Amino acid sequence: MSTAIAVSTATHRYRGWVVPIVAIAVWWLASNQGWSNSGLLVSPEKVAATAWDQITSGKFWRAISASLTRNLSGFFIGTTLGLALGCLLGLSRTFERLVGPSFNTFKQISLFAWIPLISVWFGLGDVAKVVFLSLAALVPVVVNTCDGLRNVPPNLLEVARVYRFSRWQTIFGVMLPAALPSIFTGLYLALVYSWLATIGAEYLLVSGEGIGNTLIDGSEHFMMDLVLFGMVVIGLVGWSLNALARVVERRMQRLYGIAPR
Amino acid sequence: MARAQTARPASYTAPTLPKDNVKRLPPAPIRPVRKVEVQRPSAWRARLTANGLPWLLPLALLGLWYLGVERGWLSEQVLPPPAYVYETLSELISTGDLWVNAAASLQRVVVGFALGAGIGVTLGLAMGLSKTVEDYLLPTFNALVQIPVLGWLPFALLVFGIGEPLKYVLIAKAAMVPITLCTLQAFHQAPKGLLEVGRAYGFSRWQSVVGIVLPAAIPTFFTGLRLGFTKAWLSLVVVELVASSEGLGYLIVYGRQLFQLDLVMAAVVVVGAIGLVIDRGFDYVERRLNRSRPSAAGGLS
Repeated sequence: MSTAIAVSTATHRYRGWVVPIVAIAVWWLASNQGWSNSGLLVSPEKVAATAWDQITSGKFWRAISASLTRNLSGFFIGTTLGLALGCLLGLSRTFERLVGPSFNTFKQISLFAWIPLISVWFGLGDVAKVVFLSLAALVPVVVNTCDGLRNVPPNLLEVARVYRFSRWQTIFGVMLPAALPSIFTGLYLALVYSWLATIGAEYLLVSGEGIGNTLIDGSEHFMMDLVLFGMVVIGLVGWSLNALARVVERRMQRLYGIAPR
Repeated sequence: MARAQTARPASYTAPTLPKDNVKRLPPAPIRPVRKVEVQRPSAWRARLTANGLPWLLPLALLGLWYLGVERGWLSEQVLPPPAYVYETLSELISTGDLWVNAAASLQRVVVGFALGAGIGVTLGLAMGLSKTVEDYLLPTFNALVQIPVLGWLPFALLVFGIGEPLKYVLIAKAAMVPITLCTLQAFHQAPKGLLEVGRAYGFSRWQSVVGIVLPAAIPTFFTGLRLGFTKAWLSLVVVELVASSEGLGYLIVYGRQLFQLDLVMAAVVVVGAIGLVIDRGFDYVERRLNRSRPSAAGGLS
């Protein structure tokens, strides 16, 4: 039965393209035949022309590099802190009792609600954005690292005890490898969240350059073509980050599977 | 037995163990006594640490916050004293401003969520029931999902204007994505063994969907609803921060614009508290559901 499904997906691969192609055709017809004279109905050609203009004039590269730099620096700061905090929470019962409940309460506050406070404390520049991004990346990493360390199979721990592993040996030889898949889930989520937060930060802390600012420009000047171009870029970058994270995850897991013990 | 009795001499007495042998035995009663002695203080201390420790950090932070403002390390504009925030919060409650804004926010989230859940369940069911529909729609759906709510915001702003429809649409979009995906996943994860049994009994397609797939799908479906509501709440705050004239997000923006950080903080606290209550509520319902059908949860994994 499963092979039948695989064959049918292979032969019906073209079906996935039907809806987008029809949608673009209808859009093209609608804009060219003048079905609506709203200024919002821009033609696909116009969007393509805007995209070409943005890319060749260098505006796009400046925006995307600013956004990605922010995104990655926030991601690295957030995950580093998150891994440290998650390990402490997962490994020490006392620390967990001390910090765990506060962290869980803090986690409940909707992420974007911090933006106004951050804007007062850190201004509107890159510092504020990176602080916000780190916060966005921190939460999933902490949660998943802590969960992973907490849910190490007890029989592995028993084996470690039988072999008289020291505390460090248990942590590095047993607990961290066993928690690795969960830690990866956290990193993966952090990557997704930090991209979302990059757009949010650029949207709400309006200053400087970035893909979010391109979108705002388009929205403020009623330039639907620019808005659509920005949306496509955001989707593509999110998708590539996703794909990249998945490849790295698989590579690391294979590496770990091959590595002796 | 009778022979053993006759073989035994009448004057038989058990040989007494040598006295030094007895002395060499470990002193038996000490162990339990020692256990009790150790246990009592440790249990007491454990209870103290379990109940006391979680409060230590918030109290320390609160103390630091209070001291920081009192000593003038930070100006009141940047960090209003805790008492001030509390005052603002109680004022918001007593004047009824809080209820007006919270009601506006909750209404948006409920309408948006209901809309998103309706569309999401329909889409998920359609794609789950028919492979053809899935082949046609899923790639497009996956491509559109890559664009987060914030990416849709400027587009929706131009199309729908700044009114209520904008909020409903964006919240519905946020809620729809996880609900659709979880509904679809529930169909893909239907227990193979039970489906085979159904086929052996000659179940019709309808019978196998209603009798096998749907009962097993409930936990996954509920996870989707929960995720959807969390996403809806998150997007509500974003949408209200960007464009609104009432609501909790609006309170935050308003406070920020007037540099009344006490108002901002009070609103953030309320947002967090409502989020917490919703999360706990879903957690409770989910646990009740899983408790009543443990076999379904086991069959899914």
